Amino acid sequence: MQTSKDFAREIRNVTLKMVYNAKASHIGGAFSMADILSVLYHNVLKIDPTEPDNENRDRFLLSKGHACTSLYATLGLKGFFELKELDSYAANGSKFLAHTSHYIPGVEISAGSLGHALPIACGLAIAAQKKHKTWKTYCLLSDGELNEGSNWESILLAPQLKLNNLILIIDYNKIQSFGFVKDVIDIEPLSKKFEAFNWETYEINGHDHEELLATFKLCDNDGPKPKVIICNTIKGKGVSFMENKLLWHYKSPSEEEYNQAIGELNL
Amino acid sequence: MRTAFIKELIEEAKKNKNIFLIVADLGFSVVEPFIELFPDRFLNVGIAEQNMAGIASGLATEGYNVYIYSIGNFPTLRCMEQIRYDICYHNVNVKIIAVGGGYAYASLGASHHATEEIGMLRTIPNLTVCAPGDPEEMRAITKFTSAHNGPCYIRIGKAGEPEVHKKYDKSIAEVKSGDILNVINGTDIAVFSTGSMLDYSANFISNNSLKASLYSFPFIKPLNKNQFTDILKKYKRIITIEEHQLNGGFGSTILELINDLKETKTISSYPEIKRVGINNAFYSIAGTQDYLRKLAGIELQLNYFEL
Repeated sequence: MQTSKDFAREIRNVTLKMVYNAKASHIGGAFSMADILSVLYHNVLKIDPTEPDNENRDRFLLSKGHACTSLYATLGLKGFFELKELDSYAANGSKFLAHTSHYIPGVEISAGSLGHALPIACGLAIAAQKKHKTWKTYCLLSDGELNEGSNWESILLAPQLKLNNLILIIDYNKIQSFGFVKDVIDIEPLSKKFEAFNWETYEINGHDHEELLATFKLCDNDGPKPKVIICNTIKGKGVSFMENKLLWHYKSPSEEEYNQAIGELNL
Repeated sequence: MRTAFIKELIEEAKKNKNIFLIVADLGFSVVEPFIELFPDRFLNVGIAEQNMAGIASGLATEGYNVYIYSIGNFPTLRCMEQIRYDICYHNVNVKIIAVGGGYAYASLGASHHATEEIGMLRTIPNLTVCAPGDPEEMRAITKFTSAHNGPCYIRIGKAGEPEVHKKYDKSIAEVKSGDILNVINGTDIAVFSTGSMLDYSANFISNNSLKASLYSFPFIKPLNKNQFTDILKKYKRIITIEEHQLNGGFGSTILELINDLKETKTISSYPEIKRVGINNAFYSIAGTQDYLRKLAGIELQLNYFEL
């Protein structure tokens, strides 16, 4: 039986192929969140690929839309659409844009400009509470994205509204567009910030599947606070020469790099 | 106008359980009757307009018809990207209400002069752009937006605007998308007014006993092209008037539409066009709304009416 770790490997393989074929960017951030996506879609989210708009589904909103490849890979592997459709990724005429598109089954919102998903996620969480629905809203942000003021407007409001059905996930891979997060705008102490803002706060290893699953389970409680899971991750996780390298926010692998990466992913 | 808005919204909300009102900590002494009747369909998100627009998008995705309310440039320019992307690109049912269009908050300074937003908003696909001219138009536009499934922007004046249509024995029970409303019937020259310039324009024509027509444009986008073409054919000169920058505003809309009608040979010729609005300037002088309008050159001149 497939485990979430097997699934994560598949996600990275499909992602790598998409990025390589399309000569696309952003593989580093797509890989850093691959384990989070794997656990969410394998074990946590109440979703049905045959009914992507089922009104009782959990909502997952990806805010760092530039890392769409691993989300598309996840959804394709789960059967939201034919996996081979991803061969058209970023090609002329393809609906698979190089940022998330809500025209793709299973993708809740289009994202690209940073700092947009969390306010929308708050809107969804408010709607669920008003309508007494039990589905949850998950929202995944990057670390650099926390520079955006709009996120902090939501981070202030969500506890005020007791949005306990909102689970925020931070893919804390420590690298943003121009360098290390700590050198651009240091967001530490991040856990303490969220605690001070009245969030139920968890800080974990975002590549440890057992810890991810256990934390998602802990978030399933009736306490009044919104939840945040700060996932310490590694940009480019899974391919040695991509790990912790700013370059892989931009670069597309050469044939040689592609072959090496495939080898490492499938050891 | 803002009172007409909230009263009508309450009436609509009684019938339509999906109407939801969000404010960004503004609307004191305006929105309270709504809160009293529909506490579960009201939210104050604090002074945070980007969040307000995003939350509205999320609520609308889940079936609500969400009105977001603030003043001046706050619910528009402050969150323009959320309007473009979260609301209009996703084409969700959000109605953006800005009170204090133009120089309504004249003395509060340039931060509170809402004089560019129409030019920005009318370029955004899926968005209907409205600027009702008097309380009656306001009620009709509120009714329209309650039934309309898609994003709308509504520019409102402030409070105490007179009923203009009633003064000319007209009645506007409802409007359809793009409707142009005739207020005064004349010959040769027509004034096209949008938003709160309606009362001023009507008074100018009446007080000077001019034989010009007056049309009010509660919609800036879209416009009913057939109705517009029929109106256009009747006149030798059109004067557009708006409390907004000339660049990209209402007068520009009219010029663009006329050009396109000519290009597609729907019309063979067109009237002279005189545009009245703000000529690419900020004003840093205190004064009343009328004072600022005059200073910015938003006024009709008798010679505009001489052929």
